[in-house]
Amino acid sequence: MSLAQVETVAPEEAGGSLGRDAWRRLRRNPVAIAGAVLVVLFVAAALLAPWLAPYPPDKPVGQVTPTSIPGPSAEHWFGLDDLGRDEFTRVLWGARWSLVIGVVSLLLGMAGGLLLGLLAGAFGGWVDGVVMRLVDMMLSVPGLLFAIGVAAMLGSGLDAVMIAIAVVNMPVFARLLRGQMLAQRRSDYVLAATAVGVRRRRIVLGHILPNSLTPVIVQGTLTLATAIVDAAGLAFLGLSSNDPSIPEWGRMLADTQRYLSSAPLLAVFPGLAIIVAALGFTLLGESLREALDPKYRR
Amino acid sequence: MGPANAASPGSPGSPGSLLDVRDLTVVFRQRGRADVRAVDGVSFSVSPGETVGLVGESGCGKSVTSLAIMGLLPKRGVHVTGGVAFDGTDLLALPPDKLRALRGRELAVVFQDPMTSLNPVVPIGTQVTEVLTRHRGLGNGEARREAADLLRRVGIPDPSRRLREYPHQLSGGMRQRALIAAALACRPRLLIADEPTTALDVTIQAQILELLRTLVAESGTALVLITHDLGVVAGMCDTVHVMYAGRIVERAPRYDLFASPRHPYTGGLLASVPRLDQPRGVRLEPIKGSPRDTIPWARGCAFAPRCPNRVEACTPDAPDLEGGRHALRCVNPLPSDSPEAKVVHP
Repeated sequence: MSLAQVETVAPEEAGGSLGRDAWRRLRRNPVAIAGAVLVVLFVAAALLAPWLAPYPPDKPVGQVTPTSIPGPSAEHWFGLDDLGRDEFTRVLWGARWSLVIGVVSLLLGMAGGLLLGLLAGAFGGWVDGVVMRLVDMMLSVPGLLFAIGVAAMLGSGLDAVMIAIAVVNMPVFARLLRGQMLAQRRSDYVLAATAVGVRRRRIVLGHILPNSLTPVIVQGTLTLATAIVDAAGLAFLGLSSNDPSIPEWGRMLADTQRYLSSAPLLAVFPGLAIIVAALGFTLLGESLREALDPKYRR
Repeated sequence: MGPANAASPGSPGSPGSLLDVRDLTVVFRQRGRADVRAVDGVSFSVSPGETVGLVGESGCGKSVTSLAIMGLLPKRGVHVTGGVAFDGTDLLALPPDKLRALRGRELAVVFQDPMTSLNPVVPIGTQVTEVLTRHRGLGNGEARREAADLLRRVGIPDPSRRLREYPHQLSGGMRQRALIAAALACRPRLLIADEPTTALDVTIQAQILELLRTLVAESGTALVLITHDLGVVAGMCDTVHVMYAGRIVERAPRYDLFASPRHPYTGGLLASVPRLDQPRGVRLEPIKGSPRDTIPWARGCAFAPRCPNRVEACTPDAPDLEGGRHALRCVNPLPSDSPEAKVVHP
C-alpha cells in the first residue's frame, strides 16, 4: 500500500487497531492518567470500604456535643461528625453508595435509552418520529429538575433516586445512538451487506450497532460523573433514603449544614469526595473521547 | 428500440439470455429541483457465461443502472421504470424479501471501494460466512471451512488466519479479493462488478481483473463489468455498451468496437487512452468539455455540445439506437476506418 493510502485509511475503519490505538493514546495522555487514578481511588474505596474503614459507619465512636465537634486527629483522620461517628469511615462507605447508585442508574438509563435509540434508528419512519418527539419532550425539562420531579413522584428512597437519574439520562443515549445509526445506515458496507442478501435484522444488530457504540461508551463514562453528582444533589434535597445510618455524601452535606460555622470541615470532606469522583470520571471520559476520536489521531 | 437484431449478443431479447434489461429508466426526484434522469431507457441483455461491459464517464448512469438491477436504490425520491428480467423473473416487481433471497445467491455485486465496503469492526471471516449461512444454510463450522476455501480460491494466503483479521489488517487488493469471495460464495449466475479496480493501484488492478476473469470462466457466471477504463473492457468483455448521459450510445462486440468505433464519443474515449504503439510526445486527446455540458435527450443528442462531428441534424431530435451487431445512436458517425480505429491492448 502506498503512503497516501495508509493515510486515507480512516480510523473508524480500523476495528481492532482502533482499540489498540486508542489505548496507546490513552496511556500517553496525562489527563487520562489523572482521571484513571481518581477513578481507581474511588472504586477501591467503594469496594474495600468494609476492610479499609477503621470504625463502624453507623455507630458513635466518640463524645460530641453540638458546640464541640472534634476535628481531624491521629485516631480520626477526618474528625467526628455531629453524632460522634468517624467521618473518614463514613466518606469511605459513601463511595460505596455513590458507586452503586451511579452504576445502577447509568445502566438503567443506558439500557432504556439504547432500546429507544435502537428502535428509532433501526425502523425509522413513524417509529423514529414518535420516539424522537418523546425524547425531545424529556430533554426540554432541565435535568436535575426532571430528576427531582420523578424522584418525588416515586416517593423518596434509593430506588427512586436511581430510577429518576436513569430516566433523565435515557433521552441522551436514545438520541446519541439514533444519530450514529442513521449515519452508519448510509455507509458502503451496509450497501455491500445488503447486496449479498444479508437480512435487515442482522445488518442492524451485526453491522450498524457495533459501529455506533463508540460514542455511547464515552457518553456512559461522562454520565457516570453526572449521575454521582445528581445522586448527591437529590440526597442533599432530602429525596434519598430516610435512613440516617446510610452514609450518603449528599445527605452528609445536608446534615452538616447546621454546623458549618463550628465544624466547616464536615462539609468539606464529603464535598471533596463528590468532586474527586465526578472529576475522575469526567477526565477519563473526556480523554476517552479524544482517544477514540479520529480527528485527534496522529 | 430500433430494429435490433435478435441474434446479436448483448442486444435485448436474445434467446436464452440470463439478464434482460429493457427500457430501464431511473429518475431522481427531489422537491424543489428538476428531475434527474440518471438512466434513460437503457436496454441490454446478458447471456449465461457472457461478459458484458458498461462503459462511460463518471455520471453517465453506469452505477445507477447496476444499483437499479440489484434493487439497491433507495425507495424515496427514486422512480424506476422499465423491466429487469432475471431468468424470466421481473426483479423490479419482486417483493423485497424475495429479492433479498436472490441477492448474494443468484446475483451478486462487487463495489468500487474495498476500503469502505467491508465493515471495519467485523472480522473478515464473519463477513464472508454470513453469506453462506444466509443462503446455503450452513452451520458455523462448515461455513468457516467453506469461507477459508473461498479465500484460498481468490488468492489470499493463510486464509484461516485472515478470517480472524479485521479489514484494516488487509491491503486494498486483499480486501477486494475478500469482497469478491463473498460475492461469489454462493456461485451466483450473475455478477455485477461496479468499477472493481478503480480504487486499487495498477499492478493490483491487473491481478484482480485476472482473478475475475478466471473465476467467471470457471463457474460460468455471467459478468456485467462497469468501468470507465477501456483497457479493462478490451481485456475482458464479449460485448461492450458505451453509455452517455443515461443512454447507450454505441453497442458492439469488443473487437468491432475497438477496430472501428463509430460514435464520436467512443472515438473520443479511445483517443484519450494512452497507447504503447504511439510515438512518445504525442499528446493524449481529451474529450472537450465535461459530462455536465449536455442537453437533455428530449432536445437532441446529449453529446452534441461536445461533439466534433456535430451537424444540424443532431438537434432537436435525438437519434435512436440503430443497427444490429454494431448498434449506434448517431446521425453523423465516424467513418468505419477512422484513425481511432486501432485495437487497444490492455
